[in-house]
Amino acid sequence: MKKPEIKSIPYEEFTDNESLEKIVRELNQNGAGVFVGAIDDIINWGRSNSFWPLTFATSCCGIEFMALGAARYDMARFGFEVARASPRQADIILVCGTITNKMAPVLKRLYDQMPDPKYVIAVGGCAVSGGPFKKSYHVVNGVDQFLPVDVYIPGCPPRPEAFYYGLMQLQRKVKVEKFLGGVNRKEDQA
Amino acid sequence: MITIPEIPLDQFRDEALKLRNEKQMDYLINLVGMDWGDRLGVVYQLESTVTGEQIAVSTSTTDREKPELPSVCDIWKAANFKEREVYDYFGIRFINHPDMRRLFLRNDWVGYPLRKDDDPTDERNPLRMENETTIDTTTELELNPDGTLKDKENMIFEDREYVVNIGPQHPATHGVLRFRVSLEGETIKKIDANCGYIHRGIEKMSENLTYPQILALTDRLDYLGAHQNRHALCMCIEKALGVEVSDRVQYIRTIMDELQRIDSHLLFYSCLCMDLGALTAFFYGFRDREKILDIFEETCGGRLIMNYNTIGGVQADIHPDFVRKVKEFIVHLRGIIHEYHDIFTGNIIATQRMKGVGVLTRKDAISFGATGGTGRASGWACDVRKHKPYAAYAKVDFKEIVYQEGDSFARYMVRMDEIMESMRIIEQLIDNIPEGNFQEKMKPIIRVPAGFYSSTVEGSRGEFGVFIESKGEKSPYRLHFRSTGLPLVSLVETITCGAKIADLITIGGTLDYVVPDIDR
Repeated sequence: MKKPEIKSIPYEEFTDNESLEKIVRELNQNGAGVFVGAIDDIINWGRSNSFWPLTFATSCCGIEFMALGAARYDMARFGFEVARASPRQADIILVCGTITNKMAPVLKRLYDQMPDPKYVIAVGGCAVSGGPFKKSYHVVNGVDQFLPVDVYIPGCPPRPEAFYYGLMQLQRKVKVEKFLGGVNRKEDQA
Repeated sequence: MITIPEIPLDQFRDEALKLRNEKQMDYLINLVGMDWGDRLGVVYQLESTVTGEQIAVSTSTTDREKPELPSVCDIWKAANFKEREVYDYFGIRFINHPDMRRLFLRNDWVGYPLRKDDDPTDERNPLRMENETTIDTTTELELNPDGTLKDKENMIFEDREYVVNIGPQHPATHGVLRFRVSLEGETIKKIDANCGYIHRGIEKMSENLTYPQILALTDRLDYLGAHQNRHALCMCIEKALGVEVSDRVQYIRTIMDELQRIDSHLLFYSCLCMDLGALTAFFYGFRDREKILDIFEETCGGRLIMNYNTIGGVQADIHPDFVRKVKEFIVHLRGIIHEYHDIFTGNIIATQRMKGVGVLTRKDAISFGATGGTGRASGWACDVRKHKPYAAYAKVDFKEIVYQEGDSFARYMVRMDEIMESMRIIEQLIDNIPEGNFQEKMKPIIRVPAGFYSSTVEGSRGEFGVFIESKGEKSPYRLHFRSTGLPLVSLVETITCGAKIADLITIGGTLDYVVPDIDR
């Protein structure tokens, strides 16, 4: 049985283990091949430890994302340091900051340009739900209206530690995924 | 409270010219669109850099169907973008303005959101997921010699021009700003800035929020000037209410503002160096910036968005370790700042990419209203702390950094030198924080008396202003923030034309704008 474990942090210290266990159960329903499953594990180990984020930020959360890249919080420890300026080379997009009506089609286009398998993290109150600008006429109330969000990181802006917690949750999610015949050949759902 | 005399529409153009030429009002601080119910108008806040005199005038039209006002963009260059903003918000068309396009909202947006009879949240403007079509033409309302008006079409880019799109997703635009650049070889021929990708409608939202609620939005405008922005709004409301805050609060606010300035300038240094390819310098800046964030966090509870100033004081008293930590930080930074210069300032590549690039003349700086480090690098002494002292700035001795060259290198050096001056200010205050209340007693519901109010502070990147019209309610009738970044973006075209496309990155980096502050 696959377990969404990552190094150094005990399994029990994470919240929301249930949804990941649910993914594992669904995956195992049809039985996992011994050989394919083992290769999957190796690929997923590699994938989850080398997320390449897109340098995408619209506002305040982006500055905390930069702090993540600097020496003190150093995301290189987790393998996230290769921030790419082109969506075609990125694995994950951290939606840092408010998404306005004018920006929404641009963000969707960036997402569409990323190669599969790709993941979305909604960072900060604005990307999660519109945050303090929820009632504004020009703010999208949460990027999940048009993107499939994998992890939500609340906060205004979230602390770098919160970024890590969210990114580690994504690592765990990636670890329990079926790669071969699974996310590597996902049909376009849009 | 400020009084704003209204000039009748037909005399306005002549009066504006008279103000400019006879009273030497060369700096247009603010141009604020207004909806007074029966009429639509504009308030102009002007200042003379010669005499230091300030004045505010307004004009208005009763025609709500086709509101038309004379443009002043040929008198003050700053009016170019600001009139487009007013057109975007209120639908007022400016006669003889060469480029009447929307500034922030999409081309296909329906209605004018800041009009009082317009509800921008209704179904006319759903979330449109198709890409916005970029238009290459713009309209101008031209005044014929016989006094009639005609619509004229102006080309922004001709069909045969080679136009490169930079942004909104580009790591060197410092946020979601979009430039369309027409090139001839490598040389920039024309540049068209597109804003609005992070327009959050803060001014409209504020009209339905109470004053303490609005405070929360100010921090998120220019997040590298969070303390200063909030300071400006608190100061404006306190002035309107006649509340005197204690000396202790004044000192704390001043120290916080200066720490914020150092924080912002360190980030400026980091990002500029990263844009120019010096990644090590990025780590230097962030290393020391974290120390300031620690100090903020201990007292305010937040690292980036502090929510610290309140109307009548500050949220909480300073942490017992605050004084010690600030002193330690200054000793640390003084001992280490030479590394910054060693690694970057004297570097041959850095100097060649910055010296003589993007020269902004003093005259243009004033005309565009480019305050802050950008203005001071062009020889315009525009430091609000020095010329209109507020909080505890009158009590401290510091030098206003002014360079004459006006190029990218001068803009860079102004900020590096300002870090030293900010440390000097803090050193003079940190040991003498007087005893007193950190929060005055305020009424539970704050109603600002009817009238116009404004206040300005020296933000991290220029003069940040707040303009309030109140009708005596618990929310403002109209609230306008003077963006520090909008003038900087409006002058990009002037200083980049003729430069190489790679210089655009240098120029953008040294102008140091923060995009959420431009778009508001």
